[in-house]
Order: sequence, then C-alpha cells, then structure tokens
Amino acid sequence: MKKVEAIVKPLRLHEVRKALTGIGVQGCTVSEVRGFGRQKGHTEIYRGSAVSSEFLPKIKFEVVCCDELVPQVVETIAKSARTGRIGDGKIFVLPVVEAVRIRTGEQGDAAL
Amino acid sequence: MPAISPGDTSFVLISAGLVMLMTPGLALFYGGMVRAKNVLGTIMHSFFILGLVSVLWVLVGYSLAFGPGWRHLVGGLQWVGLQGVGQAPLPAYASTVPHLAFMIFQGMFAVITPALITGAFAERMKFSGFVVFTILWALLVYCPVAHWVWATDGWIRRLGAMDFAGGTVVHINSGVAALVLAVVLGRRKDYGNGDLVPHNLPLTILGAALLWFGWFGFNAGSALAANGLAASAFVVTNTAAAMAALAWCGAEALHRGKPTTLGAVSGCVAGLVAITPASGFVTPLAAMAIGLAAGALCYLAVLLKWRLGYDDALDVVGIHGVGGTLGALFTGLFATTAVNSTALQGLFYGGGLATLRVQATAVGATALYSLLVTLVLAKVVQALVGLRVTEEEEESGLDLSQHSEVGYAF
Repeated sequence: MKKVEAIVKPLRLHEVRKALTGIGVQGCTVSEVRGFGRQKGHTEIYRGSAVSSEFLPKIKFEVVCCDELVPQVVETIAKSARTGRIGDGKIFVLPVVEAVRIRTGEQGDAAL
Repeated sequence: MPAISPGDTSFVLISAGLVMLMTPGLALFYGGMVRAKNVLGTIMHSFFILGLVSVLWVLVGYSLAFGPGWRHLVGGLQWVGLQGVGQAPLPAYASTVPHLAFMIFQGMFAVITPALITGAFAERMKFSGFVVFTILWALLVYCPVAHWVWATDGWIRRLGAMDFAGGTVVHINSGVAALVLAVVLGRRKDYGNGDLVPHNLPLTILGAALLWFGWFGFNAGSALAANGLAASAFVVTNTAAAMAALAWCGAEALHRGKPTTLGAVSGCVAGLVAITPASGFVTPLAAMAIGLAAGALCYLAVLLKWRLGYDDALDVVGIHGVGGTLGALFTGLFATTAVNSTALQGLFYGGGLATLRVQATAVGATALYSLLVTLVLAKVVQALVGLRVTEEEEESGLDLSQHSEVGYAF
C-alpha cells in the first residue's frame, strides 16, 4: 500500500476529485493548507503600510491505494491538476505500513 | 418658565440614542482591525465603557462636567447622583428640553471619548488596569475639559472658542491620551513582523457605517433643538465625511496605486472627526474643504506613525488627534455668523487672526492637559495595578487570557 500526497491549486479541486473517481478511487482526504515553492506570494496594504504574504492557499489530497494503482493515480492527479503556470504543486508517494477499516476491522488491501 | 418643546425634546433624545450607537459601532470598527484572537477583548473595551461611564456619569461625572463651577475649571458636587437634575429644563444650556435629556445626551459623549482611546492600546492591555485607568481618566481628564469648553463658566468657552460637538473635548483629548498610552505601554510583541493585519474588514466597515449614522446625532444633536442649525450641522457632517472618504482613497491611489476599503472608511471617519468642532459654524462648501484636508492629512499622519515608531495600533492619534486639531483650527478659518449668530468670524470671513488664536488656545490647552494628566494616571495605574498583559497572555490573545472566550468557534 502507498499513500499518494498531492499539493495542488485550490481551483483544481473539483477536476482532481472527478478524475480520481473516474479511475475507481473510492475515497480520499482533502485539507486546506498553505505553502510556497517557486510561486511568490501577494502583497496586502492596510492604511498605507504594505504587508507581504509568502504563504499561498493550497489543497492537499491524500489517497491511500494498493501498489498496482499508484502510477495511474499519480498520472491522473498530475494531468487534472496541471495549469501550466508556476504553483501547480507537487505529488509525493509514501509507503503505508497498515490500513484498517474501523467499522468492520478489515485490514490491508481489503480496508482500502 | 420656559416651555418644553416636543420637537426639540424628541430630537435631543433620539440624538442621544444615535450617539449611544456609536460606541458599539466603534467596538466593531476596532474589532475587525485586530487579529481574531483579540476580537472580543477589543469589543469588550468599548462595551464595558458603555456600562462603566454611564454609571459614573450619573453618580458624579455630569456634576463635575456641567455642575455650577469652581474657578472656571471644574464643576462641583451639587448634582451628585443627579439630585437637582430633573424634568424641567436648565435654561443656561437648553431651554426647551428637560434637563435630564441634556444630561443623557452629554453622557453619551462622555462614554465614547474614553472608548476612542482603546484603539491605541489594542491587543496588549490588561483588563483590570484598563478599568481603573478609564475610571480615573473619565473623571479627571474628560470632565474638567468638558467643563472648560462647554460649561457656561468654563474658561475656554469664556474666551469664545468654538467647539460645536467636541473637537477638543472628545477628539484631541482622546488622541493625545492615545499617544501617551501607546508610548507607555510599548509596542506589541509582533510589531514589525507582518502578522498585524485586520482579521475581519467587513466588521470594520459595518462599524464605520454605524459611526457615520450615529455622528448625525453627535453633530446635529449638539444644536440641542430641532431647528435650522441642526439641519445645517447635519448637512455639513455628511458632506465632510463624504469628501474625506474620497480624499483618502485619492491619496491611496496616488501613493500605492489602489484605493482600499479600509482607506475609504478611515477617510470618512477622519472627515467626521474634523467636522465635529466646526459642524455648527461652517457652510457645506467649507465642509468640503475640511473633509478634503482631513482625508489627505490624516492619511499622511498615519504613514508618519510608522516613521516615528510608536505603536498606536488603530490610529487614534492620526485620525482623532490630528483630525480634531485640524477641525478646531479650520473652524477658526471658516466659522461665520451667517450660519450661527454666536460664532466668531473666521479668518476667511474677516475675523482676522484673533479667532484662529482663540481656537489654537483651546487646542493647546486641551492637548497639554490631556498629555500631562494622562501620563500621570498611566504611570500610577501601571505601578499599582499593571497596564500590560504578560507575554504568554499576549501570545494566546486577549479573548482567552482576559475573558476565557473564543470569538469564532469554527
């Protein structure tokens, strides 16, 4: 089992979700995060004084899937999240040691 | 025996209600500009003062401010607990409304003045110190200055100085006190690291709207009668506010390329502050000039604050101190007997420099007195009770540390 973590632009949220459902992914977790990479932040001005904000809002997708599905999940996310402009984000793949379905107690791939 | 006028009485009582609304309006105006962890603590300052000063005013404040005076400096204790203050009019001040109506109208001014100061010490004031300081300041600074400028035997009023609704008593008084407290308390921990941004500007804008609305009661109500002068004050109030909002936005556009909503509402407040002393003495066109000057100058004053390095968190000095001074002096330029027969002619109406000098005396005396006494009070309260929260309390925020509450339970 692997966890695919993807940091993407908020405006791609629905595209990515639709694409993942389209390849059979049953569930995922989405959180609102802040971050920066090469994309610069923005400047706010309050009563004449400028405040720069480096952290930009992003969306983090977390999908746990069986090893065979990983390349397809990564490619699907990358295609649906891409805009071609700086700040599109990154995808990371991490190993998962165990997974448990809370309601039934199933473990391993059966829990996914 | 003067007769009570239903029109005048209803107007004064409604105006008192409008001025009352300005204090919660101020609470929201300030509340939106601080960080979320301090929103309740900031609002609490204004709301608590509504309770505190309302009670003080009835017990002793009104007597000290407007009671028969001692050496033209302060009222006595004849009206303690409002004894002698009844339903019959007090002809010296308002001959056609009940004395109680005049008293409560004035009381709302006594409430909002210390509330204005709270903007300077936002996000770091200890609640107990704030309560003790406010009680002392209301009685020892607000009441005497109100007596000087508005009581019939007050020495500044006897000089002929014109302050229709409180440019000196309310704005310069609180503006100077704000500067003292900002310096005595010191800067916020997070000053300069870019974290000090408004957390809820829509709340601030709502507050500004309530202030603009309430200010009609503040200025027009100061005519103490439902008459032509009240209408004139109403019109110049709106005109100055409008012009100042445009002027501040214009200054921002020139300086930073874009007008902002915070700028628009700050500008309108600056205009309202500046027109306050002038509102019963100037024409609508003069009000435009006053608004234009206030919008531009108060914007510059706020920028200057960063250069000078004091942490007046919500710009009480730049808007109320500078705006009030500007308004009081411009009254010396634009006042005319054509608007108000009791006026001294301003410089632009042939009054020469004499009028300006009288206005400057009022400004200087108020500023100096507020500076000195506020400094003494601040130091005394700092020593006996403490003024500033601890570092941990400032970090976790006033809402939790001072009140065990959270503003937004998302």
